[in-house]
Amino acid sequence: MTEFGERGAVISGIGQSDVARRLHRHPLDLTLDACLAAIEDAGLTRDDIDGIATYPGNMDQPPGFSGVGVTDVQDALRLNLNWFAGGLESPGQLGSVINACLAVSAGLANHVLCFRTVWEGSAQGAGGRAGIGAGAVSGGRSGGLPRIGSFMQWTLPYGAASAANWIAMMASRHFHEFGTTREQLAWIALNGRRNAEVNPKGVYRDPMTLDDYMNVRMVSWPFCLYDCDVPADGSTVVIVSRADRVSGLRKTPIHVEAVGSAIHGRPSWDQWDDLTTMALRDAGAQLWTRTELTPTDVDVAELYDGFSFITLAWLEALGFCKKGEGGSFIDGGERIARDGLIPLNTHGGQLSSGRLHGYGFIHEACVQLWGEGGERQVVRPGDRQPEVAVAAAGGGPLGGCLLLTRR
Amino acid sequence: MTDATDAKPFRLLPRLDETNEYFWTSGAEGVLRFLRCQDCGYWIHPWSPRCPSCLSKNLAPEAVSGEATLHAFTINHQPWIPGLDPPYVIAIVEFPEQIGLRLTTSLLDVDFDAVTIGMPLHVVFDNYEDVWLPFFAPGASS
Repeated sequence: MTEFGERGAVISGIGQSDVARRLHRHPLDLTLDACLAAIEDAGLTRDDIDGIATYPGNMDQPPGFSGVGVTDVQDALRLNLNWFAGGLESPGQLGSVINACLAVSAGLANHVLCFRTVWEGSAQGAGGRAGIGAGAVSGGRSGGLPRIGSFMQWTLPYGAASAANWIAMMASRHFHEFGTTREQLAWIALNGRRNAEVNPKGVYRDPMTLDDYMNVRMVSWPFCLYDCDVPADGSTVVIVSRADRVSGLRKTPIHVEAVGSAIHGRPSWDQWDDLTTMALRDAGAQLWTRTELTPTDVDVAELYDGFSFITLAWLEALGFCKKGEGGSFIDGGERIARDGLIPLNTHGGQLSSGRLHGYGFIHEACVQLWGEGGERQVVRPGDRQPEVAVAAAGGGPLGGCLLLTRR
Repeated sequence: MTDATDAKPFRLLPRLDETNEYFWTSGAEGVLRFLRCQDCGYWIHPWSPRCPSCLSKNLAPEAVSGEATLHAFTINHQPWIPGLDPPYVIAIVEFPEQIGLRLTTSLLDVDFDAVTIGMPLHVVFDNYEDVWLPFFAPGASS
């Protein structure tokens, strides 16, 4: 098989700041904590870092969504960079990590700090969760009422203010076509919670039952509160290094086996051809064209759960079950448990361990491959440590994924 | 202001420009218009300077029938926007004129328990300032 470019990249270290519902700390402060932890974890020094990648770059809106860009980190650490990139238009949040893989493989940089920082818990305060469009309004041409431009003009007039609404409609279509039920979808949330119970950094760690799930308030049918991730504060870093520049580092590097970045339909929340799949359909399918490994080789799956249904769609997109069978696959929660067929979101996901927005999944994939999971560490049948992990992030028209190995 | 709009829910409104005015104001004449390629007949939404199918620049707004079917929906319970009180039904509707030609909208005059994907709908306009928002109600138009 072709030696694709991402094989020239490894992950050499990971780091994470404190994570909590609300920390009331500056997002750059959190980011530097995570950067320095990752540099130490890799056995690198500040002077070794010559690249930065991030999603989505520095943005004022929505509240707490970012607040830190490439230049903030570069200047705060006085780094000399040979390559950098930040921005929203990429295959999901992990598109920034994929960019870094290609940069080191191309020889543009040796060690790239990839970071994602959120402080939505603090920024949104007690005022409740912001809709995505909260910052999208601007002056009108009559009457002084705020007016909406860009793509939000098609949703905000109808009160469809949040991805909760848009993804809920995709779930409704899956329910309709395949008979998926809320009782099945619940297992994404319940599985996340039982894993967060044994994650010291979990945000919500009290046990949750199916009754709890079925009786909590609705947000946007079929999504109840527990189908929606929890805004939190935290910064997560992975260091992507050039595969031939890691001798003498502290840890055995994790290899990037393959990536998925494709989107083959219209980049739209409502004009996408098959709403039950989302763009992750194409990113997931592409991943398996770039490796000889198959879904049955995967030991842990860390799949984005901004909303529970997205995880179900990733399970189908990555071939852990057939299209349309995600509901029955997760039903009862046995197959996706830490000791199940495919351990899923072993840190608790964003539903229970905080909306770290994509990077929490690749961080946890590395934790599991390095055997650093403590009480939540997955051990595969035959007392075997996980060797292959998939990390995936994004929903709707955004999706990107990476297959990681410690072989 | 003492007119009838006082009784209506608050709506955030689109900012009109040359790329969307034909759409958001077509309800003034009681019809719903999308951009359509005058060469190959492809319906285009949202606006684009060329037909995405044949790349022609010969485009013009044309009215559709106003009939649609419910493609996907959610019942929103979260108060996102002050003055627009939940619960309300948000929907993606699809038009018979072309597979995949859709709008995100909201359903009016509908019993929540009776909302089912595939149900027939028809367009109903509500005027706010210089904008005619297309909503949809159950059944074919009379």
